[in-house]
Amino acid sequence: MSGGLYLNVAVSGLLTGLIYGLSALGLSVIFGVIRIVNFAHGEMMVLGMFATLVLFRALGIDPLLSLPLVAAALFAFGYLLQDLVVRRVAHLADHMQFLLMASIAVMLISVCLMLFGPDAQNAQVSYGFDSFAIGPLLVDKVRVYAGAAALVVSGLLFAFFHYTPTGKAIRACGDNYTGALVVGLNVRRLYALTFGIGTACLGAAGAIMLLLVDVHPYLGPSYTLLAFIIVIIGGMGSLPGALLGGILIGVSEALAGVILQPSLKSAFSFGLLILVLLVRPQGLLGKVAR
Amino acid sequence: MIARIIESASPRALALLAVVTLALLVAPWLVDSYVLSVLIIVLYFAYVGQAWNLMLGFAGQLSLGHALFVSLGAYTSAALFIKFGVPPIIGVFAAIAMAVVAGCLIGYLGFRFSIRGVYFALLTIAFAEFTGIIVDHISWLGASSGLFLPVKNQQSNDLLNLRGSPTMFYYVILALTGLAFALCSWLLNSKLGLYWQAIREDQEAAEASGVPLFRYKMIAVAISSGLTGIGGVWYAFYYNNLFPETMFKTSQSVEIILGSVVGGVGTLFGPILGAFVLTPLGEVLTAATDGMHLDGVKSFFWGFCVAAIVLFRPQGLWPWIYNVLGLAPKKEGER
Amino acid sequence: MSASAATGPVGALTVRNISKRFGGLVAVSEVSFTVAAGEIHALIGPNGAGKTTTFNMIAGAQPPDTGDVLLDGVSLAGLRPDQICRAGVGRTFQIVRPFNELTLVENVAVGALAWTDDVAEARDHARGVLELLGLGDKKDARPSSITLPDRKCLEVARALATKPKLLLLDEVMAGLRPTETDRMVAIFKKLNADTGLTILLIEHVMRAVMALSHRVLVLNYGRLIADGKPEEVTRDPEVLACYLGAEAFD
Repeated sequence: MSGGLYLNVAVSGLLTGLIYGLSALGLSVIFGVIRIVNFAHGEMMVLGMFATLVLFRALGIDPLLSLPLVAAALFAFGYLLQDLVVRRVAHLADHMQFLLMASIAVMLISVCLMLFGPDAQNAQVSYGFDSFAIGPLLVDKVRVYAGAAALVVSGLLFAFFHYTPTGKAIRACGDNYTGALVVGLNVRRLYALTFGIGTACLGAAGAIMLLLVDVHPYLGPSYTLLAFIIVIIGGMGSLPGALLGGILIGVSEALAGVILQPSLKSAFSFGLLILVLLVRPQGLLGKVAR
Repeated sequence: MIARIIESASPRALALLAVVTLALLVAPWLVDSYVLSVLIIVLYFAYVGQAWNLMLGFAGQLSLGHALFVSLGAYTSAALFIKFGVPPIIGVFAAIAMAVVAGCLIGYLGFRFSIRGVYFALLTIAFAEFTGIIVDHISWLGASSGLFLPVKNQQSNDLLNLRGSPTMFYYVILALTGLAFALCSWLLNSKLGLYWQAIREDQEAAEASGVPLFRYKMIAVAISSGLTGIGGVWYAFYYNNLFPETMFKTSQSVEIILGSVVGGVGTLFGPILGAFVLTPLGEVLTAATDGMHLDGVKSFFWGFCVAAIVLFRPQGLWPWIYNVLGLAPKKEGER
Repeated sequence: MSASAATGPVGALTVRNISKRFGGLVAVSEVSFTVAAGEIHALIGPNGAGKTTTFNMIAGAQPPDTGDVLLDGVSLAGLRPDQICRAGVGRTFQIVRPFNELTLVENVAVGALAWTDDVAEARDHARGVLELLGLGDKKDARPSSITLPDRKCLEVARALATKPKLLLLDEVMAGLRPTETDRMVAIFKKLNADTGLTILLIEHVMRAVMALSHRVLVLNYGRLIADGKPEEVTRDPEVLACYLGAEAFD
């Protein structure tokens, strides 16, 4: 095997990692502010993928163009879910929140099954087999577009949290709940917004991901686990951490797939997760708790 | 101890307990093979639920990876039986050892490095999934194509080798459930139980009152994982086939914890009650949605029921039924 | 009640040069003092002076950055809170931390299990301690159903049940009515007189401080600014200044 192969694999892993990172951002935003682990994370992303598929099949819209639509739809879904349901379990113990999210995940899988059946389906875009050649590098066009789109959406998210008053208010809620209440922020609305933004990330990530993989209803749990790994490695609640963790996992998965076996790549990621939990439980870029 | 429990219970609760116990003892003669198979699954979930509940409900440590302990117990005893002809009555000790070692490893890492709450739960998931992927690649254990126990047309029941009729498996799991219940009720009122509950309620206050946190959390994990491992042995010999694809998955862990949560975490009867509610509910849903020929309807209702319980009965069904049936003794001292 | 009552007072506390910093903030700076066996000392000072941090360092909840803590001449350095508890230091928390799902007897029995493995014995002892603190008739209630002053008493009962040689009380009189304060003071006086129990208390209620303590220690901005008899300390100009200053800003 030549170094060129590794470089190619690493670059395509990096591009995939950007999408992982965007998806993990969705998990991190929700946990960082609302302190709820979204165990239905992967299923929501799959929902986004199916929505993109429907738009592609019915209206012929390119997944990257339907991204804003899907993100908006998932935003509405997340907003309502937090405001109508999740809010009611905020005071319950971890395992009850987990069960609620897990049962939502089961319901989402079921709905996808009922609507789309169990088979894998994809959106075949016209440029699906094209690639860019840069020196020794040969990269799929779709992967470049996908990585770029993920980077743009992530950038918008950072800008939102750092430069808009609403974004700052949400960060304030995450840092100090009581403080946010005291200064008169509408925490209930901000929480719903946060959840909506988190799921919108998943919608966007799902739309992009459909360029690269086939979608089927049972895809969810593996995305959920992947996002956990990424977010813990990067640091729960840290946005740059999620992106960094995504890239790290994307690249290491791709390389592990070549060096070891493709089916062992997730064992590699879990190994990395266990290592990080032991050495640096707060994650690479996470803040030390208290 | 048993005497004390009987003493502190109300006559009505004792009568109910006696009737249920008696009904369970004679059930195989009264019901057909389908109902018996449902009862067997009910008892299995009551048993592993009880084991899981000991860790969260008593000691306050949330595990979402108990499928790991079932799987380790199942794989250990099955491999010993298939490869070396070791009967499960001996294999069960190796199974317990494997499960306890795994439990203690996770516990040690989690508690030593102060990984708490959600992070600890994610650590348990990670270990279960990780081990699953590894087993998926061990061809000696059948890898992804599964590990199968030889099934012969058994004429008689062989308890030592756990080969026999559903009725035999029924009584084995019934005995396990009964023993686990007795053990848990004894533990709950022992020094261990009081210390666990103190840790569950307030870790720092418990430590200031002389409770060595690490040691008592480790004991909880060890007992819980060991009990769960025994359940795995039973599982392997009842089902006769093991697939890493399903065994180690978080969805399996969720099934284990579901009964306890629905029944009532931290109560002795919760896991049993939860299993008796959920498994038949699943069967009813299967029957009801059978004619629809639509994938997902059953699982949707399933998820819906669980969500409804979390939202509307977050304490579980047991405390509610306890009051509805008027099982409380005159004096204080429930559970 | 104390196991070694027959051999005279025990529970002498020596605190040598302990310091604690949180990031850039120095919470406690090189504090040294002693509490002689069988004495009652009060630790006072304005809010944020480092009193609770000092307690946490003695009880092992927050190990000191520098210095050492000794009980009857034996260093407690490196011990965990539960080990320090078993070594003879009982403590209460400023904000009560009962075990909410346990009954009062069970709450206190957890403390008693520090010296016995027999649950029945621990429960018996717990009932006795609850009786002593006037909670006997509520022994089967849960902490959520009793009043805050009662929960303060429960906090003391749980600490006492561990059979401490040295008892650390963190503002147990705050929020109590004067009659309740007097009853609590009487209980501690009696415990101290009967068993030689050494007590160090953080307290804002001066009525209790003056009635109970043999000596008063004053902390301000993490430093010990006075250590003396109650009547001396309350006349100390530096002490008066720090309190007046604090009140002016409050």
